[in-house]
This record gives sequence, structure tokens and C-alpha cells, in this order.
Amino acid sequence: MHKGKGMKFVGDSRVQDKKGQKVYPPDYSAYPGKNEPFWPDFLLREWMVGAVFLIGFLVLTVAHPSPLEGQADPTNTGYIPLPDWYFLFLYQLLKYEFASGPYNIIGAMVVPGIAFGALLLAPFLDRGPERRAYKRPLPVLFMLLALSAMVYLTWESVANHDWAAAERQGKITSDTAFDKSDPGYEVYAKQSCIGCHGDQLQGGAGVAFDGLKLTPEQVAKVAKEGYKTMQPGAFKGSDEELKKLANFIAEYSNK
Amino acid sequence: MLNKLYDWIDERLDITPIWRDIADHEVPEHVNPAHHFSAFVYCFGGLTFFVTVIQILSGMFLTMYYTPDVVNAWKSVYYLQNEVGAGEIIRGMHHWGASLVIVMMFLHTLRVFFTGSYKKPRELNWIVGVLIFAVILGLGFTGYLLPWDMKALFATKVGIEIAASVPIIGEAIKILLAGDTTILGAQTLTRFFAIHVFFLPAALLGLLAAHFIMIRRQGISGPL
Repeated sequence: MHKGKGMKFVGDSRVQDKKGQKVYPPDYSAYPGKNEPFWPDFLLREWMVGAVFLIGFLVLTVAHPSPLEGQADPTNTGYIPLPDWYFLFLYQLLKYEFASGPYNIIGAMVVPGIAFGALLLAPFLDRGPERRAYKRPLPVLFMLLALSAMVYLTWESVANHDWAAAERQGKITSDTAFDKSDPGYEVYAKQSCIGCHGDQLQGGAGVAFDGLKLTPEQVAKVAKEGYKTMQPGAFKGSDEELKKLANFIAEYSNK
Repeated sequence: MLNKLYDWIDERLDITPIWRDIADHEVPEHVNPAHHFSAFVYCFGGLTFFVTVIQILSGMFLTMYYTPDVVNAWKSVYYLQNEVGAGEIIRGMHHWGASLVIVMMFLHTLRVFFTGSYKKPRELNWIVGVLIFAVILGLGFTGYLLPWDMKALFATKVGIEIAASVPIIGEAIKILLAGDTTILGAQTLTRFFAIHVFFLPAALLGLLAAHFIMIRRQGISGPL
């Protein structure tokens, strides 16, 4: 048997060219027009288009960092859920009366099942020899209907979602929990600090300590001498208490 | 030099047929955008594969930092996003690539549909293509949970509830995915990780191989 270079094939198939034998599929040379070898001309052009595509893609990733919401909290009961955008039309379908509640099976199974089944079996549903779209109106019509339904449902879902609330509920909140039984917090609550800086150290009239990265000395100094709008002499306790307070706030601000 | 190397390997492995399938075949005019610009619609399949390769590579790099447990999953993603050099880009590629692969695959499906290319003799390849579509959607669904942030958790909760509402097998699907009848937690995360990183990619690679082998066997569908 002949092997290796110089071997003849039919068309671009792996079928060996044996003269006089009818083979399938037809050779591309039977098609009208200019064929071009894939290697290397066409591949080089594909490569260049791919490179441009990749650059655009990288620009997108840099310009729009991928979103990350706060860590999952299963105890949050008020969160309005939303799937990723390509599932929105299915999600929206389940909101309609005829496809939810007692008819949930219609939205969850019947409609998607028929759509997916029809797509999977399209070659056996549309069996005619015609390939042109206008020569097979029914399959094309059904596909256009399905497409417009998907676009409409996605649109409805996007229009009815409260995006501002979604942004608020997903925000990464500070995970710098602190211990309320800390002796420093006792001092914090007993002195007037809590009035302006909040019972969760979240700030208010005063600053929030989160991420300020203070040293105990800075805290003690400001507590006694004030800072910007904070009046001097806010702290009226003992040196012992001041030390506890300063350590507590400094540790929190460095978390 | 290269020719000699080729001959040396070819003499032993008979690689010429393989080489022909991968590279040494002709591109007909009607699918070549250099001749007809409208033929760019024939590029969507290749672009889908290109983005899939990006997904596989960026995903491999993500697993170098990602930890699939409920305590550390979010923290590891946060760290990757904010502290690791180029971590934001790698995660961005995987995040945006996930959307892009679905867009490209959708356009590819529409091209094949509207050119009637799924007709005889290409029925089997169409079926494999639709299965690839399903696998990719499954990858999107399972991957969405992995950062373990608020939107991930609650979207998955809804998704699993929808799956559980399917009669007869719904409950079994729920337990298979979530690992528990009621709780969506540590088990769910590890299962989604395993499905996203091992099961579905394995299925995807097998289906892609079948897809490409069939294309080479049958050639691109002829001009309309």
C-alpha cells in the first residue's frame, strides 16, 4: 500500500483517490470560484484577525474589571436574585402567570424542553433538500419567533430589574468584625466617641475607622487634642482607659 | 532541515493524512471573507473555538489561586482580583470570555441554521453541536457559583429550585447538584467546582473532537 507524501485523496477527505470510484463529499474544485490553501495563506490571515480580536478582548478586560460582590451570606433573606444575562429569558418566562405557580411545569420544562428538543432534532424536522432560508419558510419562521421571544423576554427582565437596588445589595461590606466585649470598646462606649463614630465604628459626624491604619499613639493624641472638626478634650478618662481605647481603635483600623 | 524532520517522522508514523486534515486542505471561495466580506459569518465557529481555548487557558491559571471551599473561595477570588499581578486580567478574560463564547456559539448556530447546513449528510454534526451548546451553558451555570459572592449564591439557589421543580427526577437533580436536600453550601460549591473543572470540560473536549473530525470528513457545506 502506498503511504506518505504524494498520496492522493479525494477532495479534502481522507478517502484515497481511486480512479473511477464515486466518492462523497464532492471535491471543492467542483464548486465555482477561487479556492485557497488553508496552509499557509489563509491561516496567516486568520492569525492576524485573531490577534486583533485578542487585543480588543484584552482592552475589554482591562477597561471593565470583572464584578465581584460581597461574600455569599445564606442568611440574607432580602437579596433579589438574578441569573447571568444569558439565562435571563428563561428566568423571565417563569414570572408569567401561565408559567409559574401551579403551571410552573410549563415554564420550567415544557417550553424550554420543546425549544431545545426542536433545536436538537432540527435536521429531522426539516427534511427537505432545500437549504436557502426563503425556500423553507416554516423552520425559518419558527426560529425567528423563538429568537424574538428570547430578545423580548431578556428585554423585559432587564427593564423590570431594580439595578440600583442590585448594586446596593451586592456591595462588598467591610468584613472587619470587632469584639464588643473588648475593654477598649467599653471605654469607647462610655466616653462620647460612640456618638459621632457610631456603635459599629461605622462613622457618622466623625470618621469611620475602617482601613485608616492608625497607630495607638495617633489615636490617643487625637482623642485628647482633637483633629480638624473634632474638638480637643473629647476624651475625659484615665490614662489607663486611654491606652485601652487607643489599642482597640488602632487594631481595628489596621484590620 | 524541517523537511528532513518531517520525512523522518512521516516514514515512521505516516502523518501526511493527519497533516492534511489539520492544515493542508483548501478553503473554498464562498467561506473566505477575503473574497466575499459577507462570508465573515463563517468565522463564528472558529472564533467560538478560539474563545474556548482562552477559557481553558485562563481557567487553568485561575485554579492556581482559587480554593473551592466556602470559607476561602470568596477570599481567594478577592485576593486574585486585587493582590495578584495580572490577576484582574486573568479573571477578566475568564469572566468576559464566558459571555463571549456564548455569543459566538449562538451566532455560529444561527449561521448553520439559516444556511441550512445541518441538512443531509450533516445531521449528526448538528446534534453534536447542539450538545456542545448545552455543555457550554452548563459550564456558564456552574462557573457562576464559584466566586461565592452574593449574586452567585442566590442565582444558583434559583437555578437549583427551577431544576428541583421538574417532576419525578427534579429532586434527584437537586441532590446531585447541591449535595443535600435543603442546604446550599460547602457540598454544593465542591460539586459545582468538580462539574465545572472536570466533568463538563471532559465532555466538551470529546464533543469538540467529534465535531471537528466530522467537519474534516464531510467538508464545509457548499455555497447556497
